[in-house]
Amino acid sequence: MTDNGADSAEIGIEITLGGIVQGVGFRPFVYRLARRLGLRGTVCNRGDRVVIHVAGPGARLDAFVAALTAEAPPLARVDQVSRSVAPMPEGADFRIIESGAGTVSVGVVPDIATCPACRAEMADPKARRFRYAFTNCTDCGPRFSIVTGLPYDRSATTMAGFAMCPDCAAEYGDPADRRFHAQPIACPRCGPRLWLEGVDAGPGDPIARAAEVLLRGGIVAVKGIGGFHLACDATQAAAVDELRRRKRRPTKPLAVMADAATLARLCAVGAAEGAALAGPSAPIVLLPVQPDAPLAPGIAPGQRQVGMMLPYTPLHHLLVAAVGRPLVMTSGNGSGAPQVIDNEEARTVLAGIADALLMHDRPIARRLDDSVVRLAAGRMRVLRRGRGLAPLPLALPEDFADAPPVLALGAELKSAICLTHGEKALLSHHLGDLDEPGTADAFEAAIADYGALFAHAPAVVAVDLHPGYHATRLGTARAAALGVPLEPVGHHHAHMAAAMAEAGWRRRDGPVVGVILDGLGFGADGSLWGAEILVGDYAAVRRVGRLSPIPLLGGDAASREPWRVLLAHLDRALGRAAVDGEPSLRPVFAGRPVATLRAMADKGLNAPLSSSAGRLFDAMAMLLGCAPGRLSHEGEAAMALEACAQADAAPYPFVLRENDGLLEIDPAPLWRHVLRDRAAGASCGAMAGGFHSGLAAAFADAAAGVARRAAIGAVALSGGVFQNALLLQDMTRRLEGQGVRVLAPAEVPANDGGLALGQAVVAAARHLG
Amino acid sequence: LAHGGGGSAMRDLIDDVFLSAFSGAGRAAPEDQARFDLAALAARGDRLAFTTDSFVVDPLVFPGGDIGKLAVCGTVNDLAVGGAVPVALSCAVIIEEGLAVELLRRVVGSMAQTARAAGVSISTGDTKVVARGACDKLFITTTGIGVVRAGLDVGIAKARPGDVLLVNGLLGDHGAAILNARGDLALDTTIESDCAPLNGLIDTLIAAAPGIRMMRDATRGGVAAVVNELAEASAVGVRLSELAMPMRPEVQGFCEILGLDPLYLANEGKILAVVPANEADQALAALRAHPLGREAAAIGTVTAERPGRVTMETRFGGERIVDMLVGDQLPRIC
Ligand SMILES: [Fe+3]
Ligand SMILES: [Mg+2]
Ligand SMILES: [Zn+2]
Ligand SMILES: [Zn+2]
Repeated sequence: MTDNGADSAEIGIEITLGGIVQGVGFRPFVYRLARRLGLRGTVCNRGDRVVIHVAGPGARLDAFVAALTAEAPPLARVDQVSRSVAPMPEGADFRIIESGAGTVSVGVVPDIATCPACRAEMADPKARRFRYAFTNCTDCGPRFSIVTGLPYDRSATTMAGFAMCPDCAAEYGDPADRRFHAQPIACPRCGPRLWLEGVDAGPGDPIARAAEVLLRGGIVAVKGIGGFHLACDATQAAAVDELRRRKRRPTKPLAVMADAATLARLCAVGAAEGAALAGPSAPIVLLPVQPDAPLAPGIAPGQRQVGMMLPYTPLHHLLVAAVGRPLVMTSGNGSGAPQVIDNEEARTVLAGIADALLMHDRPIARRLDDSVVRLAAGRMRVLRRGRGLAPLPLALPEDFADAPPVLALGAELKSAICLTHGEKALLSHHLGDLDEPGTADAFEAAIADYGALFAHAPAVVAVDLHPGYHATRLGTARAAALGVPLEPVGHHHAHMAAAMAEAGWRRRDGPVVGVILDGLGFGADGSLWGAEILVGDYAAVRRVGRLSPIPLLGGDAASREPWRVLLAHLDRALGRAAVDGEPSLRPVFAGRPVATLRAMADKGLNAPLSSSAGRLFDAMAMLLGCAPGRLSHEGEAAMALEACAQADAAPYPFVLRENDGLLEIDPAPLWRHVLRDRAAGASCGAMAGGFHSGLAAAFADAAAGVARRAAIGAVALSGGVFQNALLLQDMTRRLEGQGVRVLAPAEVPANDGGLALGQAVVAAARHLG
Repeated sequence: LAHGGGGSAMRDLIDDVFLSAFSGAGRAAPEDQARFDLAALAARGDRLAFTTDSFVVDPLVFPGGDIGKLAVCGTVNDLAVGGAVPVALSCAVIIEEGLAVELLRRVVGSMAQTARAAGVSISTGDTKVVARGACDKLFITTTGIGVVRAGLDVGIAKARPGDVLLVNGLLGDHGAAILNARGDLALDTTIESDCAPLNGLIDTLIAAAPGIRMMRDATRGGVAAVVNELAEASAVGVRLSELAMPMRPEVQGFCEILGLDPLYLANEGKILAVVPANEADQALAALRAHPLGREAAAIGTVTAERPGRVTMETRFGGERIVDMLVGDQLPRIC
């Protein structure tokens, strides 16, 4: 590089960068960039920022600053850059200096799928890490799953017990090496080891021996990044059925891992989906399965889509390559318990399920389930936020900058917590269902874990309005213990606020209309909501519309047995005599205690009224024969109904009327039409399609009308039912067609997994006043 | 019965109902209070136990009992689970105008019969008739005194890790019978209330397990409420076994249809006892030898882990939390 004399006068500047700039190889990147441009100075971590002190000719400094964002490492996200004039740095070259004492780094990044360079190295017979199952570098490898404390340093990870060999130490210390300061750096000489347990002890490569077990139709427990998986050959029906039997998981879909070439043969992969699969977070992506794909039918019964993922650790790459077939990779746990992360626990809990255990000696610090995403309405949407995504911070709208720190504890199922600090929100990884003791323990531990790791001292604790949720009780006790205010937040208000916050809706942007289609949640009036139209902002909402309520005959039993909600809907729509007199319904209710349930409805005996949208899906799925009378997992009926629905079917009618200022969306006419079409032999796909488009049309029209009358330009779509891609797509199209902006969550789950974010921003907004 | 109970015909009628039923129960002369010989009481123990409860069940008569039997059993059992020998009860009755005299006779008759069976006297009482709508048919309040055995000190905070939880029989019968009777639920069932005085059974239990830590009758809120209170007060975990819960298949089926958790159903003849592990076998054997304990079972253990929390191993080998109920059994599935 040459400069003419006028430009070569050296000046000194200080640059501070914020965002995701630590633990992602940012300092070595700065080092290499500065060397390339012939600049001298220093770079270090300070707090959660990177500070660069640099001197050189003005034009080159400009190029340097521009390249800091333009060429940043793949895992970095530079949100803020500030530049100021500073004294000249000492020294003639560029150096990386250690963080000052007392500096707390908050830069914890998610676990990252194995990068191409590491994969190439593993495939090279001459390389030190040929076929090494724990190969990683600054661009890839375990992060959040091995962190035990901060600052992020090898001694504060589960790699602390592995002393680096001289070769690794040299790479670690060399700023020009791609493993410079890669904390989990390892090699076959000094790093974690792999072994196989449970089959006849003997020599041989554990990967090859595990592959033999799998090819024979056996089940292998595989210790991965965030926990154990249970694996079997996804092409062998008997193996899949046996896994389901042993795991006591009758119908819930199983995820499949395959190499990129195999995956492309099994599924139709679009551009956005392909990018998600191959991205650093390597989630499970729901993908349409090719009709002739050689996958066992038991993998996702009744579904058109299967959850697919690519191998994301060296161990997975080796195993998938050795088997040469797609593998079922489902979370390794006993029934009603969280995923196993500990070797000893695996030996007791998983030994009864797996024929062999593929183990290693790098401890897992934190249980991280695989993330799940799907394409819906033009974007990849997170259904479960776990490994690879947590703990990426979410940026809140700018006018939350002065908010007090909030701890929000979410709901009962699909639990996750959220910590806010000014305009940053940290939505935790998926923690599971809190009616399971092991999960409840882990939930309490996660509150402490996140609080300590991110040095978070809540000034407010936010919880759901439901008095019976474990998280509500826990939050109430915690607020009292901390002496900080408790902020109970309505379930559907929180769903709506989560959508607003993710979309960057500012507090000063005013009210939005919310269409919240959900299973069930405690409403502001103490009744059970489930399909509501709300108007309001972060601080408060009022309900302006709802689906006509029905009694949930048997409470939660109505959520497990769709025939109960079908009976309630049909009785309401047609009257009992007509239901009894309809011959085509006889097989549906034969042998079921219909008279008892009706008596419960009459007496108000465990028959709370609810406007649940989820239960409407259940009822329809039951009538169309897509769902069994008793579900074996949550969402089973709704997923089956979506899977069989044709897009663009003519909508079934709903009635829209107004009662005391409350819009009521009444599905009564729908049932008459479906019964007529069913008798005429209409296909399940047409009827399920007509149901989807009818529901979308009814709520889109009602919401658009509300928005128009109130002069509001945006509608938030949230709640668990919006995991349904067909419904989200249709409603988005209808609303946007009426000139309304749609706010629908994508980075956070629309289901209860995103609820804590909504609770947090509602609590923050109320305390900002 | 007519309101304005001052009239003498009315007064006579009511007096006749109660006096004829409770005669021979120790009412020598119509004084305003019952009187007890302290020395006689002191000979039976070292502390006085004193408890009261009001009974407002609907319907008044149900399979397996009526409000009168319930009113005696409830208070006798509340005394007995404290380790006390029940001595005497009082009985205060509020009657809604229009209640049939025959029904009142029946209820009072079963009070007397149950008291006799339990070996307690109904020593004092009061009746009021109120206007229609001022109460619902019939309310009964019973208050009881008993004497606590010297040296016996049972309590909700006394459970220790390793202890064993026992129940004396089939769970949920009372709650299911009442709901069924109230609901006219079109169910073909013969479930009857388990309503029974348990002082005799408890005598046997204490004799067999002198180290007994705690007893409670599992009434409102069922087994779940008692066990949660116990876990909280003793700062211990409790692990229940669903398979070990003695329960009629009929009650199980009833709960499945109604979507209720049988652990929360009320019982009126069941105690939950915590005994040290080394006395568990003999305690269980003693319970089973008693007519009211034939289906007794060990249903769980006390643990050091998870203090304050009650968990249950499910029929299918899973594990779930058994919570203290807040209000009704509110649905939670979202
Ligand atoms: Fe929800
Ligand atoms: Mg009582
Ligand atoms: Zn790498
Ligand atoms: Zn090494």
